[in-house]
Amino acid sequence: MTSVKPVEQAKQHAAQKVALPPRKHVLDLDDFSPEEISQILETAGVLAEVLNRPISKVPALRGKTILTLFLEPSTRTRASFERAAKALSADIINLSGSDSSAKKGESLIDTARTMQAMGANIIIMRHSMSGAPYLLAQHTDLSVINAGDGWHAHPSQALLDLYTMREKFGKVAGLKVVIVGDVLHSRVARSNIWGLRKMGADVTLSAPPTLLPEETLEAYSGELPGRLSIEFDLDKAVEGADVVMALRIQRERLATEGSMNLRDYIIAYQVNDERMHKAKPTAMLMHPGPMNEGVEVSHGLAYGDRSLVETQVKNGVAVRMALLYRLVGASGVAA
Amino acid sequence: MNKSILIRGGRVIDPVSSLDAKADIYIKEGRVEAVKQGGKFTAPEGTPVFDATGLVVSPGFVDLHAHLREPGQEHKETIATGAKAAAKGGFTTVCAMPNTVPAQDSRSTIEFVQSRAQGSAAVRVLVISAVSKGRAGKELVEMAELARLGVVGFSDDGSPVGDAQMMRHALSLGRMLDLPIMDHCEDTDLCHGGVMNEGRVATRLGLRGMPGAGEETVVARNLILSKLTGGHVHICHMSTAGSVELVRHAKSQGVRVTAEVTPHHLVLTDDLVAAGAMYDTNTKVNPPLRTLRDNEALAQALRDGVIEAIATDHAPHAAEDKLCEYDQAAFGISGFETAFGSVMSLVHAGKIALPLLIDRLTLGPARIIARDKEGIGTLRVGAPGDIAVLDPDAEWQVDVKSFLSKGKNSPLNGKRLKGKVVATVYGGAVVYQEQRQVTTRAG
Repeated sequence: MTSVKPVEQAKQHAAQKVALPPRKHVLDLDDFSPEEISQILETAGVLAEVLNRPISKVPALRGKTILTLFLEPSTRTRASFERAAKALSADIINLSGSDSSAKKGESLIDTARTMQAMGANIIIMRHSMSGAPYLLAQHTDLSVINAGDGWHAHPSQALLDLYTMREKFGKVAGLKVVIVGDVLHSRVARSNIWGLRKMGADVTLSAPPTLLPEETLEAYSGELPGRLSIEFDLDKAVEGADVVMALRIQRERLATEGSMNLRDYIIAYQVNDERMHKAKPTAMLMHPGPMNEGVEVSHGLAYGDRSLVETQVKNGVAVRMALLYRLVGASGVAA
Repeated sequence: MNKSILIRGGRVIDPVSSLDAKADIYIKEGRVEAVKQGGKFTAPEGTPVFDATGLVVSPGFVDLHAHLREPGQEHKETIATGAKAAAKGGFTTVCAMPNTVPAQDSRSTIEFVQSRAQGSAAVRVLVISAVSKGRAGKELVEMAELARLGVVGFSDDGSPVGDAQMMRHALSLGRMLDLPIMDHCEDTDLCHGGVMNEGRVATRLGLRGMPGAGEETVVARNLILSKLTGGHVHICHMSTAGSVELVRHAKSQGVRVTAEVTPHHLVLTDDLVAAGAMYDTNTKVNPPLRTLRDNEALAQALRDGVIEAIATDHAPHAAEDKLCEYDQAAFGISGFETAFGSVMSLVHAGKIALPLLIDRLTLGPARIIARDKEGIGTLRVGAPGDIAVLDPDAEWQVDVKSFLSKGKNSPLNGKRLKGKVVATVYGGAVVYQEQRQVTTRAG
């Protein structure tokens, strides 16, 4: 098994498929075709093998410099990207800061340009404000990977969710996925709406109306294989579901914005055993983390038999390797 | 500037007299001396002649709502640069909003602006006073004292008059002084933290929305308080179909309300935030760009007279105020130089007739501030010799680099417009004249 080089295999994989145009940025999944998503998931499957080796490293990105710029606290996404970059032998520079130290976008552009001048090729950015990665894509020459921007998008999370579902159920098309929680403020929900529907899954959103504007349907209207619907009653929404994806609830947000009383939220929207029971017998729980057990998900469920939460984290590294490979491999430099 | 000029052979549109005919206009020593139809007017020898054949001649435009940024933010605009940009847009009268630093809320700041305008502005600059000291919403300004300085109204623009009791008092005192209270209608709780219109596009982009209701609730309050006090309330930059309906109803009840709309709220929508360069901060403006339905209701209201005035809300910013994250960017569009070209699209689309559009740019706004009595916004004999010479069919491409305003912040950069200001005359002097060689006239 280990005699086949995964990178060679990944290249062969890509070569067998429809040739995709080069990609410079990963800002959201809205500009990904189903074919491109499929290829990334397949590449991830191949690269996952690298991580199981005694020396879990391949030279695909040797000589490339990747900058991670996390302007909002994150542990798992950052660690996952760093692990992915290192497994591909990239050099990595980690920068972080608070929103206060990067209050003005000028300094954001300045930071990115400075790193570009030092030879960085790719920037992986987490930012608290929606659209910030587009600013860098427009005003620098760097390849930009969006590691989460405000409420807007978290494409690598959506890809790892798709990968996890495909691994578990064999395919994504035809699945019924319920996304429950603070959809209004969720970049994970937004990117998953694109990704799941492009891959043919039907998505039902469930949340109190204060966290789920009805214009969400209009916002994502258009010809996509999977359907999108809203069901405010979670007990109805989960009926027949294959996947129940709970989103993180920020307690402070419920309180300060008066969106819903926390106790009320738990009563109406917590994913618990009883609700999982209404879904298909094979249904699984997913969560992008970090989780508030006892709030959006009941105690015990998260790490039980019906949970994919740990698998999601594990899969994140391989999917992010595939994303990095997609950016560099397309220009042929990875060879 | 008391100069003389003969503007010959144009199609003269003067809303006050419903004139729409080929005529010559003679301005003598700064004032309209004669408007003569049929046959050539003979001006005294040596009078400069402007040949307006094939062009439209209108009273100079009147803008009720502009931010000239002086004093305090001269890096964004000065009274001199703002007035030049206004002249290029066909405006000969511009009302300066008081959100300067410090605010135009006292005798000293207002006299400062008036003297700067006197010394440096290419066109007439009138001053709007703040409603409250420092625009802080706590204490009324000296309304009577400032009225004597010639302010044309009171506004805390940029912010609403949040306190209903203060609004009530301001309207009562405004009635006594016969001056309008010009309110920026925004419920700051409903709109808290919002950066664009609440709706489909904001939802998709993950940007915090400002609901139309955030404007309409305050419009409704103001209409009720106007009815209570008999004071004249003027609704600044009205942006929603719902506000239009409220104002329409109030007018039918005899409430003393007037309203303005900006060119961008008439012709642009929130889709622009997600178009092309995503998250283009030049689309960020308050009130935000709304929807097609709102565009249409506003155009209808402009035609019906529910809205009497087009106002630019010219809001110039420095590059660094816009070269940043959408959430961090300043609100505002540099609007003088694209105003006419923008609103002409309504004429070309058959939504409003040119003479009526010109009314909304001239006499309509002049009446709101009662300056039509001095002839502003008209071509009456004896009126100030303020003229805009227009080519309604000239097509051109917006290039912010050629703006005379210091503010290059326009979401229209690169877009093509049809309708152009060819020349602007203020007090008989040509204060702007287009370089004809760089334009092409459409068939």
